Amino acid sequence: MHIDENTPDAGWFTGTLEATVGFLRAGSLWPVTFGLACCSIEMMATGTSRFDISRHGSEVFRGSPRQADLMIVAGRLSNKMAPILRQVYDQMAEPKWVISQGVCASSGGMFNNYAIVQGVDHIVPVDIYLPGCPPRPEMLINALTTLQDEVKKQPLWQSRRKEIAAAAEAAALKATPTSDQFGLLR
Amino acid sequence: MSTTESFTPTGAFTEDPDAAEYTVNGGDWTDVAEEAVRLGQQRIVMNMGPQHPSTHGVLRVMLEVEGEIVKEARAGIGYLHTGIEKNMEYRTWTQGVTFCTRMDYVNSMNNEHAYVLGVEKLLGITDDIPERASVLRVLMAELSRIASHLVAVGTGGNELGGTTIMTHSFTAREEVFRIIEMISGLRMNNAYMRPGGVAQGLPEGGVWRIRDMVTKVRGYVDEVADLHLKNPVFVGRTKGIAKLDLAACMALGVTGPVLRSAGLPYDLRKAQPYSGYEDYDFQVPTSTDADAYSRTLLRMEEIYESLKIVSQAADRLEGLGDGPVMVADKKIAWPAQLSIGSDGQGNSAQHIRHIMDESMEALIHHFKLVTEGFDVPAGQVFQATEGPKGLLGVHLVSDGGTKPWRAHFRDPGFNNLQALSMMTEGGQVADVVVAIASIDFVLGGVDR
Amino acid sequence: MTSGNEISQVAPEGRTLINVRTGMFGATGDTTGYDLMNTVVTMPGATERPYGSWFDDAVDILAELLGDKADEAIQYVVVDRGELTLHVAREHLLDVVRHLRDDQDLRFEMCLGVSGVHYPADAGRELHAVYPLLSMTHNRQLRLEVSVSDEDPHLPSVTSVYPMNNWHERETWDFFGIVFDGHPALARIEMPDDWVGHPQRKDYSLGGIPIEYKGAEVQPPNERRQYR
Repeated sequence: MHIDENTPDAGWFTGTLEATVGFLRAGSLWPVTFGLACCSIEMMATGTSRFDISRHGSEVFRGSPRQADLMIVAGRLSNKMAPILRQVYDQMAEPKWVISQGVCASSGGMFNNYAIVQGVDHIVPVDIYLPGCPPRPEMLINALTTLQDEVKKQPLWQSRRKEIAAAAEAAALKATPTSDQFGLLR
Repeated sequence: MSTTESFTPTGAFTEDPDAAEYTVNGGDWTDVAEEAVRLGQQRIVMNMGPQHPSTHGVLRVMLEVEGEIVKEARAGIGYLHTGIEKNMEYRTWTQGVTFCTRMDYVNSMNNEHAYVLGVEKLLGITDDIPERASVLRVLMAELSRIASHLVAVGTGGNELGGTTIMTHSFTAREEVFRIIEMISGLRMNNAYMRPGGVAQGLPEGGVWRIRDMVTKVRGYVDEVADLHLKNPVFVGRTKGIAKLDLAACMALGVTGPVLRSAGLPYDLRKAQPYSGYEDYDFQVPTSTDADAYSRTLLRMEEIYESLKIVSQAADRLEGLGDGPVMVADKKIAWPAQLSIGSDGQGNSAQHIRHIMDESMEALIHHFKLVTEGFDVPAGQVFQATEGPKGLLGVHLVSDGGTKPWRAHFRDPGFNNLQALSMMTEGGQVADVVVAIASIDFVLGGVDR
Repeated sequence: MTSGNEISQVAPEGRTLINVRTGMFGATGDTTGYDLMNTVVTMPGATERPYGSWFDDAVDILAELLGDKADEAIQYVVVDRGELTLHVAREHLLDVVRHLRDDQDLRFEMCLGVSGVHYPADAGRELHAVYPLLSMTHNRQLRLEVSVSDEDPHLPSVTSVYPMNNWHERETWDFFGIVFDGHPALARIEMPDDWVGHPQRKDYSLGGIPIEYKGAEVQPPNERRQYR
């Protein structure tokens, strides 16, 4: 929509501060460069011309975690790297979000062994799990837009960590434990 | 520089080995500087990585600097150790391809190529591989080499501040990926080559698309070369930087473009040809400058040479028509050919009909070969191939069973990274980034 | 692996025993009741002369350079799948590699690393270190194999001859626990410094965890039935 002095009845723009801040935050999620393995190459490809993540406001990959809002954990996380991941996450300023890109980051994937952490959610809270090995750039963009929808809805002035913990606990209490879900394996 | 004459010794640059060391763990630079002044010496131990935007992944470099001069550089690796070699011991020989393709992930096909050649040598079927399969392997390996070099050139440019170099190189790489995806079904981590052949042949219209791609990629690479190689900033930052002469290369076992930049035209595709590389017409670009600039130049020239091989492979594929792409021995050959169905890629409909409706034996055969795999006679082999980063070798040991007893990869990046100290010590801190980019390793391959 | 038939567990002379399998289809033990289904799996054994190709010449030159130590140094020679493997006694490894590098007719300039292999069944020589060598001058490859026991896993480091093997030896120490005496800094390279154990040995578990999905549990690959 184009708004200037010629637009009829222009001059007023009403909305809640919360929605405005959410809108602005969602449109400029700056990722920290946390490329680990194969997925990081697809993450880089997402930033370049064929896919162009800048259409969604996230092309500014920051080397410093202090300037970033989003951590895309791209690839398999080894036990040796795990403390560093946590340190970088802790250095990021609130509010912050995490996309776990690829199966290795999400669950350990095919590397079910001594070296790899079986899911980065052991180390940091994850907002979006993105499957694929590696996920295509389109899938990463989809994950990003899905996260943006969540960010837009996120209320202000709340400790995000408490909120996630409470939401996760509520969801876990409500859900049928997977150990009780018989006969669904296909 | 004029500052050298007016420089008065402050006693800051002490050569005292017992002088207190001050390790910087982040924090405010003013505090760091004040502490260094208080200690009365300027040797600072710096940690670069493992989370650093210009280390090509999770490499850690421990630097000792005096002012801007690197006095000592040590590389720390292992932050991406994945246990791929151990995992392969628990999977069949065919499944091993899916693991090794994820080692050096910008160069999937060359990893697979080395591995399948090793398995075939163990099986003794090297001469039975159909020609069409060999040509497809060469085609895919060269496409992978182009993609790998484009990443090397692109990220190398990006680290020196030229983001356009990266976006442009990646645009070219996407064209390569369209072909790789068309043939193997995946952009990366393809698991396209199988012991005995390849997963599937060239789809309809493939040759035409490959030729179209070659033209496009050549155009893009021309543009990158125009943009990059004459750029005064790039030239100034790479010419004469990160030198490693031939003697040092030989002592450190460095291979690939780094060795060729020092003047030795050693390329295993020429020296010990495999998969019919002796039948292709291509050159091995070599330089004697032994610096970061010449390595970038060589990588770009190698892209042109690889494009030549790709064109020749396309011509051959056109001439070969619809031949088999898997060895004739049914005890080894993967039982099914893949095809595109309404629900995506999978086993072809004829094959499903055959095993489900027509032949119980075929079903048993399929089941046994897919779940259990084939036996490989006991023994060991070492297969060396020319990866884009250097000599990529695989050591395979079989205990006569369906799984490797030991699989070990000699990744060129792992070996070449040892040269980092020699390239950087005595130079500027900023040149460490140039040296890292000019070695061109991928931590997935280094750590495996 | 346990078996009632002790005799079958001895590998023929000059061979590396990999495994003794009993029964079929990966079942534990011989289920036939006759206890006869034992398979001794060994690596290809010592090759008799002529070895063929350039192999005879190379071994002759090396033996000549080693002089009276030759018989002791070169334990046996295997030619398999067109590749030459020299089994070398560890006491003479440094002499052997120095000659292989320096003699103009051998001139193996490059050592392409060292790959550890663990053969738990091969009593007294459980750990093998495999050195692939490459001669660019003569365009040849050969392989040295040195074996040590679990109790005394010491090998001389070849870094004085091949500096390029520095990291490769650290890796083999890290994964197999082979100690390379004389290495400038034999520290762990891939695993964290405080890691316990050497993960790529056969007696070290793969370390997978069971995967649960909707009530079904899938064991990690090392705990599934093996079709060996």
